[in-house]
Amino acid sequence: MTTTPERTRVPAPPSAVDTETLSSQSGGRAGRVPRWLLKTISPIVLIALWQVLSSVGVLDDDTLASPATVVETAAGMWRDGSLQSAVGTSVLRVLAGLAFGVVAAVVLATVAGLFRRGEDAIDAPMQMLRTVPVIGLIPLLIIWFGIGETPKIVLVGLAVTFPLYINLFAGIRNVDSGLVEASRTLGLGWFGQVRHVILPSAMPNFLTGLRYSLGTAWLALVFGETINATSGIGYEMNKAREFFATDVIIVCLVLYAILGLVADLIVRILERGLLSWRPAFSGR
Amino acid sequence: MATGVQRTVSAVSVRGLTRRFDDGAGSSRAVIEDLDLDIEPGRFVALLGASGCGKSTLLRILADLDKDVTGEVTVARRRAVGFQAPRLMPWKKVWRNVVLGLPGKPDRERAVAALTEVGLAHRVDVWPKVLSGGEAQRAALARALVREPDLLLLDEPFSALDALTRITARGLVEELWQRHRCAVLLVTHDVEEALALADRVLVMQDGRIGYDAPVELDRPRDVTDPEFQRLRVELLARLGVH
Repeated sequence: MTTTPERTRVPAPPSAVDTETLSSQSGGRAGRVPRWLLKTISPIVLIALWQVLSSVGVLDDDTLASPATVVETAAGMWRDGSLQSAVGTSVLRVLAGLAFGVVAAVVLATVAGLFRRGEDAIDAPMQMLRTVPVIGLIPLLIIWFGIGETPKIVLVGLAVTFPLYINLFAGIRNVDSGLVEASRTLGLGWFGQVRHVILPSAMPNFLTGLRYSLGTAWLALVFGETINATSGIGYEMNKAREFFATDVIIVCLVLYAILGLVADLIVRILERGLLSWRPAFSGR
Repeated sequence: MATGVQRTVSAVSVRGLTRRFDDGAGSSRAVIEDLDLDIEPGRFVALLGASGCGKSTLLRILADLDKDVTGEVTVARRRAVGFQAPRLMPWKKVWRNVVLGLPGKPDRERAVAALTEVGLAHRVDVWPKVLSGGEAQRAALARALVREPDLLLLDEPFSALDALTRITARGLVEELWQRHRCAVLLVTHDVEEALALADRVLVMQDGRIGYDAPVELDRPRDVTDPEFQRLRVELLARLGVH
């Protein structure tokens, strides 16, 4: 028994369609200026403009020294050794403050992150204190520690502690509970879970916090050094202010910028090594 | 729940198990109520049930991940769990994931052997994120089997895989089970999967095992076998699908 179903009329397919060619990578783009070169053009133009304005006398040296003068001054400071000793002093201050701050933040965040009792004891005061601008503590620090190295290092330490604590605590608390559960079924005890699951998973947050706190560390240093310092980049800057030496001030600002960049580069290298497991990270 | 070590004739033995969840309004709802279950060593058991019926809760209890229960639960001491997601530690290379939690130093050779068994010998030294979904699930299976479990608990391990990968993964699980001879409890919502793999099928209803039947089909199973189809229709009816 066969039945022929009623057939609907299907229109015949068209015999031709309009097309366009999409890919022809060869040619066209070959003669173009590379992107990095394009990116460097505008800073160079700005510096050239600054030089021109200084040369024709629109910018006098008491307002802003010309780029050529700045380079000359930097070379001079290098020759007499004041540049190296200023950078050395400032870097040591940041490193000392950083060391204290990182240790404090890691200890506090680990205790608060891993234990509920620790969170009760530590997190509330930390959240309250972090709203206090660190710079505002300078008068107190001077009263407590005088005007030597200690208040500067403490200031940098405090500036590092808070951002790092906040990030690391959040990192520990945001661990994927599924992974912790899996590690329990694999027979890992509490220490094993902390070591193999919780701390590695908080590592990205730690590095984010570290990068941020390096920024605040330099900021704290600038403030710390412009008040009651007898050495360091900030001291050179302060001294220059009294003589209207804008060239020295610019040299010091450039030094701060370069040191900040170097610090950022170091954290990036750390990330490359420690976070190579992350898919979002294209380490090349 | 974790009592002393004893030798038992069951991989799983549950008596009068009840698990209640607070519903927020002060009262509580029993997801599992007075449930009894025995699984003999080496048996492949599939646990079916509508979503929300408590089958995953039961698996979590057997895996000792949920301790908030009343009743008597005895499970094999050597057990391993496979979850719906592979749950590999992304910061550990695949082979380190496989031997994570084993006593002693990470034993690379042992990891390689286990990975070879699931066909991942070429993926020993990569990061888990590089693996495809099917490969990651196979690595998780290697991680479970390297522990030589007497009981393997699988919580919908194939449901996140695409249809073709799922068929391969099923075949692999059957093959590994035949070689290792551990008891398996497979939680699934897929009737065909249950019938393709299990010696015994359970259906969870109203917080208990509402249906418990052996599957006596020759392996490898043939979907077109009329007996297979008869069981399939019966199970679907049990699950309220017509």
